[in-house]
Amino acid sequence: MNIRDDFPILQRTSRSKPLVYLDNGATTQKPQKVIDTIDRYYRRHNANVHRAAHELAEEATALLEECRTKAQAFMNAAHRESVIFTRGTTEGINLVAQVIEGNIKAGQEIVISQLEHHSNIVPWQLLAQRTGAKIKAIDIDENGDLDLESASSLINENTALLAITHISNGLGAVNPVANLVEQAKQVGALTLVDGAQAVLHARIDVQAMDCDFYVFSGHKMFAPTGIGILYGRLELLNALPPWQGGGEMIDQVSIQASTYQPAPFRFEAGTPNIAGCAGLGAAIDYINGLPMDELIQKEEQLVNRALFGLKQIPGLRLIGEPNKRASVISFLLDNGHPNDVGTLLDQQGIAVRSGHHCNMPLMTRLGIPGTVRASFSLYNNEDDVDALLTGVEKAATFL
Amino acid sequence: MAQSMTVDELLETFSFFDDWEDKYRFIIDLGKDLGGLPESDKIDDNLIRGCQSQVWLTHTSDADGLTFSMDSDAHIVRGLIAVVLVIVDGRQASEIKRLDIENVFEQLDLLAHLSVTRGNGLRAMVARIKEVAAQAPP
Ligand SMILES: Cc1ncc(COP(=O)(O)O)c(C=O)c1O
Repeated sequence: MNIRDDFPILQRTSRSKPLVYLDNGATTQKPQKVIDTIDRYYRRHNANVHRAAHELAEEATALLEECRTKAQAFMNAAHRESVIFTRGTTEGINLVAQVIEGNIKAGQEIVISQLEHHSNIVPWQLLAQRTGAKIKAIDIDENGDLDLESASSLINENTALLAITHISNGLGAVNPVANLVEQAKQVGALTLVDGAQAVLHARIDVQAMDCDFYVFSGHKMFAPTGIGILYGRLELLNALPPWQGGGEMIDQVSIQASTYQPAPFRFEAGTPNIAGCAGLGAAIDYINGLPMDELIQKEEQLVNRALFGLKQIPGLRLIGEPNKRASVISFLLDNGHPNDVGTLLDQQGIAVRSGHHCNMPLMTRLGIPGTVRASFSLYNNEDDVDALLTGVEKAATFL
Repeated sequence: MAQSMTVDELLETFSFFDDWEDKYRFIIDLGKDLGGLPESDKIDDNLIRGCQSQVWLTHTSDADGLTFSMDSDAHIVRGLIAVVLVIVDGRQASEIKRLDIENVFEQLDLLAHLSVTRGNGLRAMVARIKEVAAQAPP
């Protein structure tokens, strides 16, 4: 099945050559249906939500709340009240880092990993500074997989929180999150899984994973930027304080004090990104209409084809060879800085990312300045892989 | 090569390139010929912040003008540094203050490399050169 035609941007050229878009780890392109939905929202339905008694407000509210229901099903959450709209993964993690402050005691530990994106590191550093907690990072092995022994020793009675990525954005490693969450639960720690890279490459099932929090961004799954989801275990959410104050999140307000709504509204102060919710709802519908298992399998074949080809290129070094890989390939050319390679690919119309990928601790751990990262999505095809291989070969002749 | 070249020669050479390949090969070669900096100068104090590639800059000043030495860990940035050096090196601070480096980059069709979106340090480097010139005694 070919879904390329659903994504208008893939028809354009870049640097006067056909666009080869392999920066899906950064953001995915949008299908026509999502674009149309956003357009239609502003043409037909725009109003503020949950407030007015008029027809437009009713329609806008329905779009938003339907998105909540769709997101609930998308990640198999037990309750729709568990689904909180955010700006994206980063905001979801920051929200959690603020509201769980009261659950963290000085001297306790927050366990993350060497693979984390800065957005799953810095909010915890801020929380640690406020609470006197310490941060520990699970190490990786020579393949770039999490070192499970390191994990087992770090997750202990002193652990207040485990915050771990589902799939690594720098190396593509798929982590055994259910197993790690289980270990954390056994010692009574809270758990958060960063699903930013996972949404299109794995089935998301928060009940099977049994985590307390799961976060992701719409823009990495065909939806617009500025909308994301925080899943929280419902009883936990309703026991936590709000993070931002404002409209929508309150029950009663007097000049001196307020009482708050339960989840999800407690965590959704102010006018939400309604068009974004409409777009995310459309993206989920679109995904639900796809033969996902078949497409994910096809993507894995493409990634393997690319890996095979890249390994034939003299002077090319793969960075990370995880046991289970999803979507992402990181590599370096012997004589080239990642940015050199990125620029030389860009000149050929090939969009990849070069640099540290918001993984500075990981790059330091690996002793490299960064990598060139090709990241695939469901619309990539053999031509993209072949263009990448030819492009990298050509780039190598420059260096 | 870079050191002996003038801006006009650079513009003329670039005018012969009809595809990106010739141009980038030339830039990378310029970078390879760049004297660069000894390892002992590649220290944090000389590092220009906010770059994805690392860029280091030192300078000396004498009666003949300001002399800059720069280096980077990326080839293309080294080549672009060589271009910047052709524009600024050996000039008096007062001249450098007036130089329109961006304009030369625009004529070379390299302006994108000076843009904020690139984050390759070149823009910060040019800003640092201007700063050095502004602080130099008249
Ligand atoms: C693993 C991971 N976590 C978090 C983020 C941050 O996502 P966003 O910028 O959408 O908030 C990203 C995105 O690059 C990511 O790949």
